[in-house]
Amino acid sequence: MSILIKNISKSFGNFTALDNVSLRVPDGTLLALLGPSGSGKTTLLRVIAGLELPESGTVYNDDQDITQQSARERKVGFVFQHYALFRHMTVAENIGYGLRVRNVPKPQVRERVDELLRLIRLDGLDSRYPGQLSGGQRQRVALARALAAQPKVLLLDEPFGALDAKVRQELRRWLRRLHDEIHITSVFVTHDQEEALEVADRIVVMNEGKIEQEGTPEELFERPRTPFVMSFLGDVNIFHGRVQNGRAVFSGMEAVFPEHPNPDVKPVCAYARPHELDIDRLPRDRQSLAATVRHVNSAGAVVKVELVLVDETVVQVSLSRDRYLELQLQQGDAVFVVPRQLRIFIADDWGASGSAGGTIRQDGARVNIRWQNAVA
Amino acid sequence: MNTETVSVRRAQQDPLWLRWALTLFALSVVGVLVVIPVVNVFAVAFSKGAGVYWKNLFGDPDTLHSILLTLTVVPIALAANVIFGIAAAWTVSRFDFPGRTFLTALIDLPFAISPVVAGLMFVLIFGLQGYLGPFLRSDGYAVIPYLVSMIATGMGLLVFLLLLPPNPKARRGFWNHPWLASVIGSASLFCLVLFLQQHFEIWPRNTSLKIIFATPGLVLATAFVTFPFVARELIPIMEAFGAEEELAAVSLGANGWQMFWHITLPNIKWGLVYGIILCNARAIGEFGAVYVVSGHIAGQTDTMPLRIEKLFQEYNLPGSFAVASVLTLLAIVTLIAKTNLERKAPTRISVRKAKTVEVQS
Repeated sequence: MSILIKNISKSFGNFTALDNVSLRVPDGTLLALLGPSGSGKTTLLRVIAGLELPESGTVYNDDQDITQQSARERKVGFVFQHYALFRHMTVAENIGYGLRVRNVPKPQVRERVDELLRLIRLDGLDSRYPGQLSGGQRQRVALARALAAQPKVLLLDEPFGALDAKVRQELRRWLRRLHDEIHITSVFVTHDQEEALEVADRIVVMNEGKIEQEGTPEELFERPRTPFVMSFLGDVNIFHGRVQNGRAVFSGMEAVFPEHPNPDVKPVCAYARPHELDIDRLPRDRQSLAATVRHVNSAGAVVKVELVLVDETVVQVSLSRDRYLELQLQQGDAVFVVPRQLRIFIADDWGASGSAGGTIRQDGARVNIRWQNAVA
Repeated sequence: MNTETVSVRRAQQDPLWLRWALTLFALSVVGVLVVIPVVNVFAVAFSKGAGVYWKNLFGDPDTLHSILLTLTVVPIALAANVIFGIAAAWTVSRFDFPGRTFLTALIDLPFAISPVVAGLMFVLIFGLQGYLGPFLRSDGYAVIPYLVSMIATGMGLLVFLLLLPPNPKARRGFWNHPWLASVIGSASLFCLVLFLQQHFEIWPRNTSLKIIFATPGLVLATAFVTFPFVARELIPIMEAFGAEEELAAVSLGANGWQMFWHITLPNIKWGLVYGIILCNARAIGEFGAVYVVSGHIAGQTDTMPLRIEKLFQEYNLPGSFAVASVLTLLAIVTLIAKTNLERKAPTRISVRKAKTVEVQS
């Protein structure tokens, strides 16, 4: 079952939680709503679940308008952030609750509960109370409870937020496998970009009640449309510069920026991930910046080098081991940073949907790729 | 290091004589102020022997009536306060609406007002010189058809809104016109009730309806004075549990009743029982408000505390103390029930702890 959300707005007092949001969740996908706290992702999830009524806009389920339907009519499974297990009921009673309120005969409930207990690998714990379970076990019970009545959509609110790092990793992979097995349309909310990149088929990045960008994990990571998405998904280095007459200048470095051909000067920011930067002993003509090596961390699969530019900006560079051995970097060495790829955004309208983006690539020869404008 | 531990011990442990002196002082205060008077109640009650005690309690028809009256008034007031308390706690802890703080303050009002003043308020409204008193005196039960159709209309409206299909597409006929439906419904109900009254005289006409100096007044006064107990007990518990489990039940397909009976009630169970015990204890012993509204007519409107006072004024000490011993016994039973419950029920602190642990883990 696919979900279509059209122009949803919702505010709490003066705070705008959702600002004219439209989104499509295709049938059978596992979609992540990613964003910092207060970005409206949980509100959007609750609107889909019917736990929150939008002020304007429509929610469709396939082609049916379900905006006014209550949570119990929508047949969604909802997993709460802190599980919200019924503490006075056993695990089996918790899982079977969705069937009990629908007057399913007891033997059938029992059968389904056993089936789900096997699925979440907790068989034998059916008579325990939630208070006697570990966090990871509670999370799985909450998931089984949401799945018991065979919902059309599964919604998860920060499903792994309250767990420690190791259990979280384990459950993440388990959820991915589970989704591959049962193929239920699922939406989960997270503020952890790593989690979203690892688990989801599609990611929706939200900020301040708006959708910044939507796409597959690869699309978002490789082609972020706004500075916000760029910096939210992984580490970035930022270079400040100016743009004029279609050229962006960053002290010793220049790049073509055809999105701004006008003669007026505007401040710009160039973003590059640590692995998109290279280090060289010699300067390259208008394509590098002078820097000093401050720290080298050679323990690990990639070597992490911390550089300081002339203007005191700290730059993180990830080098392959071979490249590191070739360069033989020492602390205090004077070197040059050479970006392989830069994403340039005009600084005065960060995050606004009209910001123009540009990029340069340096694969030997200089290639300029016109970046798709971020106008939605 | 060594000296440090010694000084810590000194700070924690007072000298032996001081501990003994403090314990003795506490015991003597409790003895003089609590134990001796309570024991004395029973001593005086039984001073003329068990036979006289029995006769004092059950031989005197007025005393017997006062016991029965208390046993009638208290359950009614208690039931009203349980329903009100749950509704108020639900409203305050689950909804945010303008005037929420004001409502919370209003719930506490009966605690702040002197019971005598509370009684006087009812006299002012329903008394012979009050606003509604003369009307009820002259027309009495004739108002009941109107009252019944008013209450039924309100209930009908509530049921209508609860059953209203949330999906506009599912609404057909009258569901599309809630106000028209309610007006037609209440008008036809009113006609029916009036018809029944005109032709079958369901409620006697021109009979005075007494509230003050009668049982309804006693129930009103008792309910008013004890009304914060249940709500006050439930509000913090419901706020601590939060609405998440209830929302989970709704998302799993439970309707309002199922949510209340399966999730809310088991969670607030102990708090509710505790509130009922406190409310009950206070309702049985209520004197001030009841004194004002009852006009203490022996054998008609005397409750147990009023009967005790009257017997005492008549220098019938064994009689007065016999009734007092029943009240005291009820108090002791309440105390035991409360202590037992505190041992059995999860304390509020452990509930809160469980909550925070869950949030952290």
